[in-house]
Amino acid sequence: MGNMTELNEQALAKYRNSFLHEVEERVEEGDWVKMCMQCGVCAGSCTFGPHWEHSPQKIFMMIRAGKREEVLRSDSMWMCTSCYNCVVRCPRKLPITQIMHGLAQYAHRLGVAPKMQPTRDLSLIFWNNCIKTGRVNELRFTLSLYFKDGLMAGIRQALSMQSIALALLMAKRLNPLEFFKGHECKDKAGIHRMLKKAQEIESRRQGAHK
Amino acid sequence: MAKKEYAFYPGCSSQLRGSASNYLVSVNTMCEKLDVKLTPIPDWNCCGASISYAAAGELTRHVMTARNFALAEQHLPGQDIVATCAACWLGGRETKDKLDASSQMMADTNEALKEAGLHYKAEAQMRHMVEVLVEDIGYEEMKKPMVKSLEGAKIAGYVGCQTNRPFGIAGESFENPLYLDKLVETMGGEALTKYEQKVTCCGGSLAFSEPAKSQKQIRDIVESAYDHGAEMIVTPCPLCQANVEIYQSEINRKQGTKLAMPVVYYSQLMAVAYGGNAKQAGLDGQVIPSKKLDEIAAKVVPVATK
Ligand code: SF4
Ligand code: SF4
Repeated sequence: MGNMTELNEQALAKYRNSFLHEVEERVEEGDWVKMCMQCGVCAGSCTFGPHWEHSPQKIFMMIRAGKREEVLRSDSMWMCTSCYNCVVRCPRKLPITQIMHGLAQYAHRLGVAPKMQPTRDLSLIFWNNCIKTGRVNELRFTLSLYFKDGLMAGIRQALSMQSIALALLMAKRLNPLEFFKGHECKDKAGIHRMLKKAQEIESRRQGAHK
Repeated sequence: MAKKEYAFYPGCSSQLRGSASNYLVSVNTMCEKLDVKLTPIPDWNCCGASISYAAAGELTRHVMTARNFALAEQHLPGQDIVATCAACWLGGRETKDKLDASSQMMADTNEALKEAGLHYKAEAQMRHMVEVLVEDIGYEEMKKPMVKSLEGAKIAGYVGCQTNRPFGIAGESFENPLYLDKLVETMGGEALTKYEQKVTCCGGSLAFSEPAKSQKQIRDIVESAYDHGAEMIVTPCPLCQANVEIYQSEINRKQGTKLAMPVVYYSQLMAVAYGGNAKQAGLDGQVIPSKKLDEIAAKVVPVATK
């Protein structure tokens, strides 16, 4: 985690005077934030509305007000269900969903995202599962999710979901053999090379803004 | 030769014994009757879904999708790509829009694709199966293979989010899309047009990470269907289908409700109306079986005598 904290400090040093500027340069679709006219439409659009400590509208306001720590350490962006209610309603057509994902990712990249955030864990587990073979192994994905907090928590969670897993098994929609060998792409090696390159280019581009 | 041909992107959940494998079975039955040929994109990979954002940067996500595009262009030139999953389709549309708009993103994407020996030419179009039905085939043509009607079965059309927003089906409103209701009516069912939860979010992938919050959404979606007298819910989205069907037992256990509302795909309704049996319509994949659909599917169609 050391280099992540370093990354955070570098960002902090460079953009000390403007969190808005930092977001514009380093967060996916961040250059849209200044277009927000604070109409409040998106604030009433989120699926888990009451669970957002700060609505998207408020997050945009906080970014302009330079409340860097409060935004990046917030749990709010992680509540986004990608429902796109906000995007189709926003009069200024801000890509709000992407900005929420972008902020969440940026906070994660800097190592300041809230610890034990379940949706962050889900995202990491999903992605690792998907890039390993090029395709998602639903059984292993589910198991990794259950066991992410340790063995006992995993057993408890798996037991509580047992009836669901059994029902899916009986309906032939979950394959126990996936544990050993699931679906996968033939050109795994090519995919891995391609992703490595993409990450290389991406950190080069991000580096340009350091 | 088939009337219409498409490069098919099945997506992970549709794979053999995946959580939406019954969706694929019914789509195959439906397409056969409509004379639509789907050729899977050779060696397609996972689209990354909407949830991979914390781990994967923007470029990395676009590269994953562009690999599928490039493979389709190479092996199935000139064919539109069709996805059955809302999230796969949406991710594909986003990637296409982004790469069309940014020459740098496009150049970066191709630089990465080169490592896998591929090149994306920005020719392939990304379509949803529902678009193929509504736009390329049309309601009148959809009637032709029908050998049975859905006998006025009361059906709540649950469109959900990602087939509907931000792109949606051309000409439909985001707040009250009508195509699913029209499709139900075309197949002889009764569409519950006043079903007010039709575009409510089921929680999506967060059903895994925020189960309590998502289950509240699911309970509303199912209870409203009961209030309208629905015999089943129909949806175009595999994540909606899985979430709304599977978690009902969990909600019952925790909250003492007695929910048991079948949730099926539009393609299952069509496969049944086109004469498919329960297996061909993927009805054996229901966790909560639809008695009504099973009955209709079991009916033998009298052979026309003339
Ligand atoms: S709907 Fe758009 S303009 Fe209105 S507050 Fe939200 S982001 Fe800003
Ligand atoms: S997509 Fe995310 S930010 Fe937008 S309304 Fe839905 S939950 Fe809120």
